[in-house]
Amino acid sequence: MSGLSAPSVISFPRLRLWLLAVPVLLLIAYLVLMDNGAISQTGAYLHELMHDGRHLLGVPCH
Amino acid sequence: MVRTLLVRGLLLGLLAGLIAGGFAFTFGEPQVDSAIALEAAHEAPGHDHAEEELVSRPGQKAGLFLATGLYGLAVGGVFALVYAGLRGRVGPRSEGALALTVAGTAFVAVILVPFVKYPASPPAVGDPETINSRTVLYLVMILVGLAATVIAVATARRVTAGPWARWVAAVVAFLVPVIAAWTLLPTVNEVPEGFSATLLWQFRLASLGTQLVFWTAFGVLFGWVSDRAAHRAAARATVASPS
Ligand SMILES: [Zn+2]
Repeated sequence: MSGLSAPSVISFPRLRLWLLAVPVLLLIAYLVLMDNGAISQTGAYLHELMHDGRHLLGVPCH
Repeated sequence: MVRTLLVRGLLLGLLAGLIAGGFAFTFGEPQVDSAIALEAAHEAPGHDHAEEELVSRPGQKAGLFLATGLYGLAVGGVFALVYAGLRGRVGPRSEGALALTVAGTAFVAVILVPFVKYPASPPAVGDPETINSRTVLYLVMILVGLAATVIAVATARRVTAGPWARWVAAVVAFLVPVIAAWTLLPTVNEVPEGFSATLLWQFRLASLGTQLVFWTAFGVLFGWVSDRAAHRAAARATVASPS
């Protein structure tokens, strides 16, 4: 590779703070894929709105 | 650096999610419509279904893009952080090759492995009563896929007998726990009597295709953008310190 060195390793202490984003991201995924209105407090509205996506992304549903 | 990767993952995930939404809209929505029509035809006459509907069908079709877009955003962000941890430690050293390898592995471990045991079903297939147990089983299958990947990578790194032996060891170490889980976990069999097998098959292909389009688009985009950024950084370094 012309002038390309191997990518620098990111130390785990520097990475650790950013891992706090993971629960937030997983919550978004949960609301899209799994929620039945229990957490989102919109009744079944979010569930129904994203229902086609939920089925076509392959997660279990009704 | 991590911030750059995370933003890249979020934005490209959103983009790949919308591309996958386009695929799902084109190839999956006809099957969803047919399944709903079949359900309506089987319902007792006089039963009014419309009043229960919170979101209209056109609304749900627009919601499809919201769902795949948000899914892409969330998955892209998690991917970027995993990628940041792996970079330079495990897998190919070039950014593009690493991105494609991680995306391909994620598709197999998190999508394909659960899909084989618990394939996607259109609306009107599946008992609402069992949704919680089916969701738990599905999540367990995802964890099995992820654990099998870790075991496979760890096993491959211990093998020093050359690339062929390493690949065979990795595949075997991956398949043993996965096949055990496929065999041991309970089967879900909730397709109604007389439901069109062709429709079910076409829906499942469209569903798997949606995930395949997402992971392919995301892996290629993430790898391409990362490679470009690496080349630009290398060019800048050369300009800054001409040797
Ligand atoms: Zn549902």
